[in-house]
Amino acid sequence: MSDFIIALLSTLGTLFILLAALGMLRMPDFYLRVSVATKGGSLGVGLILIAAAIYFSDFGMTTRALAILFFILITAPVSAHLLGRVAYLSKIELWEKTSRDDLRGKYEREKLELKGKIRETDEDEEESSENEPS
Amino acid sequence: MNITDFFLFGILPLLGLAVLLLFIRFLIGPSLADRVIALDLMITVGIGIIVVYSIINDQPTFMDIAMILALIAFLGTLSFSYYLKQKAREDE
Repeated sequence: MSDFIIALLSTLGTLFILLAALGMLRMPDFYLRVSVATKGGSLGVGLILIAAAIYFSDFGMTTRALAILFFILITAPVSAHLLGRVAYLSKIELWEKTSRDDLRGKYEREKLELKGKIRETDEDEEESSENEPS
Repeated sequence: MNITDFFLFGILPLLGLAVLLLFIRFLIGPSLADRVIALDLMITVGIGIIVVYSIINDQPTFMDIAMILALIAFLGTLSFSYYLKQKAREDE
């Protein structure tokens, strides 16, 4: 019974990882690739780790597997968010069929981080951007 | 069929195929951010491979290496995103 649960969980996890890898290869856009990589990768590795936690029915090993799972579930969204934000700031192209872009123009107008990234603005915005410390 | 044989002949080749597909994306990725996210996912799949390997060989000690690899992957992605941000700031 335990073997059946382990085999089921690890098969599901492997299929999710394989789908994530295939999506990384086939998706047309960097942002779609980040989405696929984060969700598919963390879910697949999480299922494999749960299978390992069931297999090693030892308290130390189960705790270790769940700690790795917890760490992956915490850090994967953070790194995906950082990479996506940096990619948007460094103007990596969106897919041409992207239906909406909520961030369009907002980074320039509100000057969130970028002082020197203002392209087509009028003069008062440029002045205030010069006053802002880098 | 033993569970060890299932892991050895069923799970491990599929994970290797996933790493191979990710390595193609790592080679052809148009921008640096594509390569960074492909490398991040490759290390995550590597954690899964280490866990499956420790199940096959019945060596629970390898889980420590998987934990350290998770830490290093997060730090690497963090520093690469910082580098990309600095580069985007210097370009304009």
